[in-house]
Amino acid sequence: MESIARLLQLIPKYNALPGIVRALLPMLVSCILVFALLALAVLFLVWMERKVSAHIQDRLGPMYVGGWHGWAQTLADALKLLLKEDIVPESIDTLLYKMAPFIVFLGAFAAFVVVPFGAASFVTDLNIGILYIVAVGSLSVIGIIMAGWASNNKYSLYGGMRAAAQIISYEIPSAIAIMTVIIPVGSLSMVDIVNAQKGGIQHWFLFRNPFIFLAFVIYFIASLAEVNRTPFDIPEAESELVAGYHTEYSGMRFAFFFLAEYANMLLVASVATTLFLGGWTQAIPASIAPQLIPGPILFFLKVLVLVFIQMWLRWSLPRLRVDQLMYLSWKVLLPISLVLVLGVGWLTVYW
Amino acid sequence: MEVDYSGDVMTLNMGPQHPSTHGVLRLELKTDGEIVADAIPHIGYLHRCFEKHVENVDYAGVVPYTDRMDYCAAMNMELGYVLAVEKLLGIQVNNRVRCIRIIMAELDRIASHLIAAGTYGNDIGSFTPFLWCFRDRETILDLFEETCGARLLYNYNWIGGLMFDVKPGFEKKVIEFVDYFEPQVENLNTILSDNYIFIKRTASVGILSPEVAISYGVTGPNLRGSGVKFDVRKDEPYLGYQDIDFEIAVGTGEHGPLGSCWDRYMVRIREVKESCKIIRQAVAQMTPGDVRESVPKRIKPPAGEVYMRTECPRGELGYYIVSDGGPKPYRLKVKSPCFTVMSAFREVSRGSMIADIVAILGSFDIVLGEIDR
Repeated sequence: MESIARLLQLIPKYNALPGIVRALLPMLVSCILVFALLALAVLFLVWMERKVSAHIQDRLGPMYVGGWHGWAQTLADALKLLLKEDIVPESIDTLLYKMAPFIVFLGAFAAFVVVPFGAASFVTDLNIGILYIVAVGSLSVIGIIMAGWASNNKYSLYGGMRAAAQIISYEIPSAIAIMTVIIPVGSLSMVDIVNAQKGGIQHWFLFRNPFIFLAFVIYFIASLAEVNRTPFDIPEAESELVAGYHTEYSGMRFAFFFLAEYANMLLVASVATTLFLGGWTQAIPASIAPQLIPGPILFFLKVLVLVFIQMWLRWSLPRLRVDQLMYLSWKVLLPISLVLVLGVGWLTVYW
Repeated sequence: MEVDYSGDVMTLNMGPQHPSTHGVLRLELKTDGEIVADAIPHIGYLHRCFEKHVENVDYAGVVPYTDRMDYCAAMNMELGYVLAVEKLLGIQVNNRVRCIRIIMAELDRIASHLIAAGTYGNDIGSFTPFLWCFRDRETILDLFEETCGARLLYNYNWIGGLMFDVKPGFEKKVIEFVDYFEPQVENLNTILSDNYIFIKRTASVGILSPEVAISYGVTGPNLRGSGVKFDVRKDEPYLGYQDIDFEIAVGTGEHGPLGSCWDRYMVRIREVKESCKIIRQAVAQMTPGDVRESVPKRIKPPAGEVYMRTECPRGELGYYIVSDGGPKPYRLKVKSPCFTVMSAFREVSRGSMIADIVAILGSFDIVLGEIDR
């Protein structure tokens, strides 16, 4: 945001504007920038998912729209969804029904304001950054329950209830896995966490100690469940619940759920990158090799690798059952993550 | 699993428009949270009056209607019917017809089991095996298309022979397919059958014990999944299956109780391999000949009745034909394997979870066209 504010100084007579405008304008501009970037990234991810799934399944995927490997397919799909009739079923809770997609969407996108994409590319550096992400990220569960309840459809209700149980359950191991990083850093700020990992690949938390390595695995599994991806996609289990909580949604409202899902994927991958993979920092320190790739691009490359693994898992694994899902969260991941926190604490104090 | 059903019970209608009811089946589920207290199947959404309809069609004209019963295994459907009419007429077909019929029936069995395995993966939540299976099934459909022009509903088996002889080079293409396909089964096992989550989801649910299976008259892979070694091809051979060396695939219960969903699924995978063996032998036994040699000019069987049963991919398919000496069947009754297994569904699924209902239904591999007829 500071760099945006400095750029805005270049506008003639900027300092003559009222103080409130000068305070709000940089915020607005940077938020819009992040939003536009995310929207583009999400469109790209949808295309990538289709290509990845296609190649896993021995198909080609989109090949025509836009020319090169169907790159404009998702743009066309998004336009189609925008133009589609907005079907609102009868006998629903109209207010909740209409609000739900936006809350899910908001939860997914608002978390990005504290993600540091590069050394100076972040909207704001909250001193409780990671806590903010965990909190805002779980906003989406409210939207999902609202959608499930308001649709007045039994399948939606099942989907909403399953989602609530699942997301809340998996937030606990994922938050505890995040704690293993916070302990050595001693700060909740995302920028501080990245700065603590500067100086090459051996300083990334993933490779710094074995407990955090395992914590990364737990965080990744739990984050898959939080974003409702296979093997934990039971809230929208197509073969059981038709489409789960968004069964009754169509057109743009459906698109919001859809975009939010991909934004959430991006979010958990970004958080994992920031916490465990060094964020935007270089793998090789500047003293050894010239740093050719700029930080933000490196950040997105790391995120893409994680997102690719998410897609890979989605298209190779079957889905767990509800009870098995709960078992995994409460009886496997939670105890292990607690032990890991103890281990990291012990290492931090006595090493 | 002992469950107390005293809680609030909600009725959930699963189907007829539901992605995993494999057609237009309606399941009336009495659910208590995620647990299903009772699952009542309602059939009849695809009823097309097959049995009444064919009373007004001459014998040869019935064949296309049989195709439309189990549209996933149409070759086997018409095979059962033409064998029944041939038995009524006392026609013996030559060796070429016999071998081509076996090849077609077994290819069709592979195609049908591929659909079963693929959609079962889809039911459990894994989408990739579905497309892998359909990719391989495509080759079989291409072979059928090349032979008789149709990809799904063939009208290929005629009473007393076949519609056309196979095209030159057909045998080579079949062997090429089998050579390609046999290793593919291992790929399918890697991605689906041996997957830990898949086994967890299927190996301890939907237990159909051998006693229950027999008492309900369940046949085919569903019966063999319970460990009962019964296959019409072995126990009451037709088309000279006694001259062909193959094993009856049965469930072993290696990952859980015998007769689970996984066992039923795995029987199909094992049967596909046996079908490959059968196809190789049938190709080797092929001799030149005229496939329309014994096709009767005019079909007017003597008054009487006949029952013919064959092993179609979904179990024992029986045709009971009553003839009054006229050109049309007086009565045609079909014994449908999917119908009998559907009657056991309620008992098997009681007390399971919603996700298990889908797993059980998928493991039964029903085709509604055949249940409703």
